[in-house]
Amino acid sequence: MPLDQSFVGRSWPATEPYLVGREKIREFARAIGAADAEYHDPEAARALGYADVVAPPTFPVVITMSASRQIVEDPALGLDYSRVVHGDQRFAYARPVVAGDALVCVNSVDEITSRGGHDFLTTRTEVSTADGEPVVTVWSKLVQRGEH
Amino acid sequence: MSDTLEPQTFRVTRADLVRYAGASGDFNPIHWSDRVATSVGLPGVIAHGMFTMALVGRAVTAWAGAPDAVVEFNVRFSRPVPVPDTDEGTEVVVTATVREITDDGNTRLALTATCQGEKVLSLAQATIRKR
Repeated sequence: MPLDQSFVGRSWPATEPYLVGREKIREFARAIGAADAEYHDPEAARALGYADVVAPPTFPVVITMSASRQIVEDPALGLDYSRVVHGDQRFAYARPVVAGDALVCVNSVDEITSRGGHDFLTTRTEVSTADGEPVVTVWSKLVQRGEH
Repeated sequence: MSDTLEPQTFRVTRADLVRYAGASGDFNPIHWSDRVATSVGLPGVIAHGMFTMALVGRAVTAWAGAPDAVVEFNVRFSRPVPVPDTDEGTEVVVTATVREITDDGNTRLALTATCQGEKVLSLAQATIRKR
């Protein structure tokens, strides 16, 4: 079944703030093998002008993947997650995520297309502080593979 | 900065995928269960696409010489990265060439990532800020 085209252009209410913990950033950095001092040591991050440790560039997906359940788990969309693979991923940063940030996500659907029996869903998530400071915009394209 | 940057090689084992699953919250079983992975037509357990992108991010920040230098970063996942259940696992090799210096003085890199000689990303690029 094709995805519901009426989702294109829709936006969802902002998610509850996600409080970015210093230990979560350290855990994520260790998991990707990133030893940069600024990911682990608050003093090193302060030397770059940040209030606390900064997160590696792909860290925002920890927050946006969870936030995008608003869209992908809506039965009306018609997405079968067991057939979904990750197509594209893009980040545009205003600044890195910093420990202590309280981040909210506003999700939108930018595009739904079909080609070769597969369906493509592009979501956009505007990540900002609870006070409204933009931090990063995250686009994900999911591919729902055709049923064989 | 020369036009072609020194390639960076990253080893990827099953243990890395388990650790990444826990840290990222992505517990899709195709990243830890051969049974589930083969049932959906994959050769076996594959790396999280976002784990591969994170390794590319490590290469980019290393080339930039700063952990906060990335302004834009995008990839297309064109081929899975199979990770065998061995001590050696597999390797991902990341390369970059300088594509242009933008009007605002940033550097745009064209990126590649290969595993076992096959490209696993396409349309991959990053824009980094000079400090």
